Amino acid sequence: MAADVDKVFKALAAPERRLLLDRLRAENGQTLSQLCRHLDMTRQAVTRHLNLLEEATLVATIWQGREKLHYLNPMPIHEIAERWIGKYERGRLRALAELKSKLEEEENG
Amino acid sequence: MAESEFVYVTYIRTTPEKLWQALTEPEFTRKFWVATVQECDWKVGASWKLKAPDGRIADAGEVVEIDPPHKLVLTWQNHLFPEMTAEGFTRMTYLLEAKGSFVKLTLTHTMDKKDSKTIKAVSNGWPHLLASLKSLLETGEALEGSDRWPEGI
Repeated sequence: MAADVDKVFKALAAPERRLLLDRLRAENGQTLSQLCRHLDMTRQAVTRHLNLLEEATLVATIWQGREKLHYLNPMPIHEIAERWIGKYERGRLRALAELKSKLEEEENG
Repeated sequence: MAESEFVYVTYIRTTPEKLWQALTEPEFTRKFWVATVQECDWKVGASWKLKAPDGRIADAGEVVEIDPPHKLVLTWQNHLFPEMTAEGFTRMTYLLEAKGSFVKLTLTHTMDKKDSKTIKAVSNGWPHLLASLKSLLETGEALEGSDRWPEGI
């Protein structure tokens, strides 16, 4: 069950799953119950999405006693970036991304 | 659970023995771990040092638990940046599990302090090091730039 790229892209191709990744990014190491809070999804749906994310290795889990903790695992996304983004492009891309978020902030603010 | 922590998982097409070797032996770490070497007797209680190519100690700690080629737990304190040294020890764990023709490597790095600067710094560094380690074991070549100590540090 090594992370294949198809699984990673499929797992990312759903807003609910990206939302779960965002939640883990904000607070890493959450249980299923913690993740279910403030989400407009059934526990079963969250479980199903987490399983897909785990299968794609976008989420890593660790058992602590009887609690299963979920962590955002950036490795597959890093490997994808590494494959298509050259070393020298990285600085320019970061500068562009910063410019974009700055301009959008001004627009909204 | 610890206050600052991350868990990274990567699957590498290799054996636990080869991965263990790559994580501990200088001839491998030099190639993917920015030219650093580790000094350690690899037994419980032994001191552990990660040395920069110029001989400076970058990080140091102690072996807490060791079970080759399955598990290694180290205490880990940064020595290059005073604000990180002041935070004291973090704890780093490698877990190696054979899964078919792959080895699942789980890296955990934790600290009992909120918003640890050390954890933030290592969490930025590890993905590239692990990706480079994977590339080294699967293709024989580490990723570009990961065989050199970063300039200015």
